Amino acid sequence: MHILVCGGTGCKSSNSDLLVSTLRNELLENGLDKEVQVVLTGCFGFCEQGPIVKVLPDNIFYVGVKPEDAPEIIAEHIIKGRTLQRLLYEDPTTKEKIQNAKGMNFYKKQLRIALRNCGFIDPERIEESIARDGYAALGKVLTELTPEETVQIIKQSGLRGRGGGGFSTGLKWEITAKSQADQKYVVCNADEGDPGAFMDRSILEGDPHTVLESMAINGYCTGADKGLIYIRAEYPLAIARLKIAIGQAREYGLLGKDILGTGFNFDIDLRYGAGAFVCGEETALIHSMEGERGEPTFKPPFPSEQGYMGKPTNVNNVETYANIPPIILQGAAWFSSIGTEKSKGTKVFALAGKVNNVGLVEVPMGTTLREVIYEIGGGIKGNKKFKAVQTGGPSGGCLTEKHLDIPIDYDNLIACGSMMGSGGMIIVDEDDCMVSMAKYYLDFTVEESCGKCSPCRIGNKRLYEILETITKGKGTIEDLDRLRNLSDVIKDTSLCGLGQTSPNPVLSTLDNFMEEYEAHVLHHKCPAGQCRDLMTYWIDTENCVGCTACARVCPVSAITGERKEVHLIDAALCIKCGACMEKCKFNAVYVS
Amino acid sequence: MTKVKTLADLKRLREELQDKIHVRESGDHPESIVQVKVAMATCGIASGAKDVMVFFMEELEKRGIDSVVTQTGCMGYCYAEPTIEVTLPGHAPLVFGFVDKRKADEIIEKYIKNGELVDGIIPITYQSINESQQEGQI
Repeated sequence: MHILVCGGTGCKSSNSDLLVSTLRNELLENGLDKEVQVVLTGCFGFCEQGPIVKVLPDNIFYVGVKPEDAPEIIAEHIIKGRTLQRLLYEDPTTKEKIQNAKGMNFYKKQLRIALRNCGFIDPERIEESIARDGYAALGKVLTELTPEETVQIIKQSGLRGRGGGGFSTGLKWEITAKSQADQKYVVCNADEGDPGAFMDRSILEGDPHTVLESMAINGYCTGADKGLIYIRAEYPLAIARLKIAIGQAREYGLLGKDILGTGFNFDIDLRYGAGAFVCGEETALIHSMEGERGEPTFKPPFPSEQGYMGKPTNVNNVETYANIPPIILQGAAWFSSIGTEKSKGTKVFALAGKVNNVGLVEVPMGTTLREVIYEIGGGIKGNKKFKAVQTGGPSGGCLTEKHLDIPIDYDNLIACGSMMGSGGMIIVDEDDCMVSMAKYYLDFTVEESCGKCSPCRIGNKRLYEILETITKGKGTIEDLDRLRNLSDVIKDTSLCGLGQTSPNPVLSTLDNFMEEYEAHVLHHKCPAGQCRDLMTYWIDTENCVGCTACARVCPVSAITGERKEVHLIDAALCIKCGACMEKCKFNAVYVS
Repeated sequence: MTKVKTLADLKRLREELQDKIHVRESGDHPESIVQVKVAMATCGIASGAKDVMVFFMEELEKRGIDSVVTQTGCMGYCYAEPTIEVTLPGHAPLVFGFVDKRKADEIIEKYIKNGELVDGIIPITYQSINESQQEGQI
């Protein structure tokens, strides 16, 4: 028998360590320590009900177990074989006690469609992919469905582009299919550029064949025989695995001429990007593939009408493609039964920042932020207070406490002043300054602006400068109006998505954290204590023993004082590096 | 390699491969073949998964355990990298997190050799459209 105890950060903070030792002691006293083993596990993703205990092989799931429950668990469950009713989870709506975790809602919080093979198959062996239905969807469309029927399935499924915009995938395919041309192209956008997003990389590294298969399906639907994957050179492992996958698919005849004897030809090549953020925008991506500068051009014409080499080109993101084969095999009705009214299926999020379980999660659309952060994500690191979550990277905005219970989908996020983006989710806690965060994203967009149009090239730079002034404590209340006006102008007048969205972090922090901006400009204070220029280091005359440790470590010799006498920091010289504070053993250095 | 020429070929191939992988998982001699999968995406490799994979290959051979060590993609538990999945014959697969060489040694000695569970199991917390793979997992 085994007793599994959750050792995730959430459960640990509610005393699961003591629970483990109490259980082990109880077993020892009852002479059962050889037969029953107590094992600490990772997070069960049900932190609000922690600590979690699971008894095997009975498969009984206990919640909220305290160290004082240990004797009863051993006496009743382990020795007498009776389930402890009072420690079972009670379904909040039906009030029914649930024994097996499989019947609990939290298990249903994550549903893996796009990630179905990630972490299961060896990505470098096509055989493992085929064994798990790889290329079966391609086989089905080639032999049983017409291109029009296939497009209809995708349309009916309600799948929307996972790259961020959320345009109907089926509609995009239909437009490309209807465009008349002697040559068409299928492009996979693997230029994942949002800081903190890594789901596309993980799919390409874990299940490259699903993307190849899906592109071939698209080729069949739109009448293209050539596929191109635009991938950034910074993803060497994904590139290596894609190359292996393409090679194996060709060997098996699943790419190339006359696929499955149906007369359908399709082949795929790679194109490397140099890692420019703007090349995630489809027109810029196409120009980059053509060997031109990676700059966007005005739409229309849309790539579906006039794209790569002037020919109709269907551009979809990696995660979008990864959803196609299951839709073909399981049907549009199945897919559209998952999610919300206007956003169907699941979305993969890359959880990063101040959250315990950093990682990739795939949840049905309509899951709330609270479920993602506090249950799947295991809560905020170090039990700090949640402040905000940035979704959509530099193009998105921040969502706060009041947005925690809003179901996540494309339209709700936009209504809250953020966006889905590619699915990066950066969690921010009470120690983070929102002005600095907006400044960080602007720094990124200033760097990544291609420079083609002035609102973005010049406007973002000015935005950055105003933010910098504010974080230095030299901002004025008028600067806040300037930020807002300039942001609106940039949004309204930029050519492409980069400029149209780059002021979003500024606007959403202004909307949600006005008091932090005001503290910076009116009182020259940073409430989170992150803006260095607004801090002053002091030495507490009571605590200082005159050990000279701080003076020795100071890189600019700003600290003076005789041995065994109180030291002093010269604020004019101090560069606020914090070295003295780290060094002091007597808590004599403080910040205000 | 023979090309897959028709959909029937593909279906036959899929069945053959499913059998083959099943055989690899449960073993010709069900009591002896152990399968270890190491999550080798960029995140895993950056946290040392390559060394762990080499360690498993070398040590399992040295200690005379009939086994297959393979790589796989990201399992999604980036906070607990390197992560591995161990399937003992006749048992459901188990995922372990934070596997360094010391942990790997413990897993070989305790879990693989004696079927004794060790700390650091990562419970499966999601549903997949391939439901069967999760049956009976922790």
